[in-house]
Amino acid sequence: MIMTQEVARIEDSARQARPLNWARIVSVESEIPDVSTYGLRFEDPAIRSTYTFEAGQFNMLYVPGFGEAAISISSDPGDPTTILHTVRFVGNVTRAISRLQAGSLVGVRGPFGSAWPLSELTGKDLFIACGGIGLPPLRPALHHIVNHRESFGKVTLLYGARSPAELMYVKEYDRWREAKIEVETTVDRADSTWDGRVGVVPMWFYNFRIDPHNTAVLTCGPEIMIRFVIFEALARRVTPESIYVSLERNMKCGQGSCGHCQIGPYFICKDGPVFRFDALEPFFNVEEY
Amino acid sequence: MPEKRRLEEGDVVTIQKPAFDDLLRNIQNAGFQPVGPKVSGNTVVYGELESLSQLPKGYVTEQAPGHFRLVPNSRAGYFDFIPGAQSWKQFLLPPVFELLRLKKEADKWSFDGAARHPRSYAFIGVRACELAAIQTQDRVFLRSDFSDAIYRARRAKVFVLAVNCLHPAGTCFCSSMLTGPRVQPGYDLCLTELDDVFLLAIGSELGRSVCLDIPCEPANAFTLDKADRAIDEAAQAARSPVDASRCADDMMQNLEDPHWEDVAARCLSCGNCTMVCPTCFCWDVTDRMNLVGTETCRERAWDSCFNPGYSYQSGGNTRPSIKSRYRQWLSHKFGAWKQQFGTLGCVGCGRCITWCPAGIDTRLEVAAMQREAGG
Repeated sequence: MIMTQEVARIEDSARQARPLNWARIVSVESEIPDVSTYGLRFEDPAIRSTYTFEAGQFNMLYVPGFGEAAISISSDPGDPTTILHTVRFVGNVTRAISRLQAGSLVGVRGPFGSAWPLSELTGKDLFIACGGIGLPPLRPALHHIVNHRESFGKVTLLYGARSPAELMYVKEYDRWREAKIEVETTVDRADSTWDGRVGVVPMWFYNFRIDPHNTAVLTCGPEIMIRFVIFEALARRVTPESIYVSLERNMKCGQGSCGHCQIGPYFICKDGPVFRFDALEPFFNVEEY
Repeated sequence: MPEKRRLEEGDVVTIQKPAFDDLLRNIQNAGFQPVGPKVSGNTVVYGELESLSQLPKGYVTEQAPGHFRLVPNSRAGYFDFIPGAQSWKQFLLPPVFELLRLKKEADKWSFDGAARHPRSYAFIGVRACELAAIQTQDRVFLRSDFSDAIYRARRAKVFVLAVNCLHPAGTCFCSSMLTGPRVQPGYDLCLTELDDVFLLAIGSELGRSVCLDIPCEPANAFTLDKADRAIDEAAQAARSPVDASRCADDMMQNLEDPHWEDVAARCLSCGNCTMVCPTCFCWDVTDRMNLVGTETCRERAWDSCFNPGYSYQSGGNTRPSIKSRYRQWLSHKFGAWKQQFGTLGCVGCGRCITWCPAGIDTRLEVAAMQREAGG
């Protein structure tokens, strides 16, 4: 038989299980080629009114017959009635999502994972360095910053894309700039429309004067970009404790049970996706780990 | 003559071997389907049991890296064999399980099918390492922040009849992992098989309740001593070069050791070790849809960190090489697991060694990493 003290613990945790709920797609907006943003509203009014999330968390989106994919939430945590997910069409599930129209239903489990620790960063300068599809998980943080601008010092967003046509959320830059967020973009390859920066994100990082003692670096993007952003940040004497990273791995459950998203002692789905870098430092540079 | 006596939790008594059938019947009457070891296809498998006569009496097992033989031995008792590839995991974490079934009608998906209630099983003949393995999986699936409904429903209803091992196989190393051969608390009843009688320890109220009408005698000092000495001898045999007290640190400090290349050259990445491991818990979920797209079921099945698809994602495969996959398995089981769940992930049952087609000896691979760490 099972130990009696286990039983209370088990019943406690059973209440925390996150079941599948249906949500209706209320909007579809194409961002860049192969990336669209979907607005979702839960069908069940009770769920709709109680669902909340924090900046940096993700949902598991389910398309019957195809499966689930972990997709970060890219909307304002202050308004969780319509949840936005910016989806890049790369796998089975996301390609199935790409064929869905407004009015379709998708299954949603969540929210899962850790958040950008914005309340702990009050008073600090923020340097947000992201690339490609790494911007959507940071957009909820940008919403939060705009809504609580007085809580932070200097805020810089350095965002890179492969080409000018692949820069996302372009329409929002002005709103962010109005809120005194320095928005800087760079592209790997320029074209005739582009007169801005050219080069990868870590390459431009050194160009910014940051106060290493009072700056938190928030970064998300391709793992290689993250690696070099951290390298540059550490070189600027930002401490590992002031660097926050959002990671991505294959995920099936979202609750630290299926095993797929492990990195060392962590399950990215529950201990991450947002990590303070000092937690990852001992094995972050181990190849194929 | 055996007499009826008042039994208490914690008591140790002797019962005559044929009385085991009465015990089995009582367990069944208490609502548990007994499952236990049986000989099938030259190995030992776990299946439904009705009587003592179905146990692998008269067999021992010969086990070595990549080697398992069931060997008849006329003097052998009911529990002198060491279990085969199967473990109790298959009952608590079904290898394939239908999570949900959906039907599409008028463009709307709805859940289909009634909830299933799992059977209550009585596990007969759980070894110390196997009970430790169940408790290790408890820590994975019954956490305060998350509990797995499928596991929980099954685990809550299990009756555990444990058995102390007296004849470890060549691949056993429970002593090193501090899990056996003496069964630790968590059982309902625990047997020790002596030549003429079973020694029976009462581990729970439930265990006590199924013994009330079984003729028994208090175990005398001579019998207890005989059992203790047999278990101690077994403990000597189930040792290995693995130092469990340090291996978590040693593993994590040696992630880039050249020895990983050495073992990777021998590993086939077949995943056998993860399938036979009683603590490996990884699973995958896939959708199976009918051809017209109106019905689908979501199926959960055991997965293995040795499968190339295990760590596949949009950016490519996180662990493309066998080296990285073997390292993930071993350094998780003997390393990272400790930080995740508070214990090591290995219980020393030796299945990964016995059932490795390449005969890789996990004990030696861990020890090699510990040597690299300067131990």
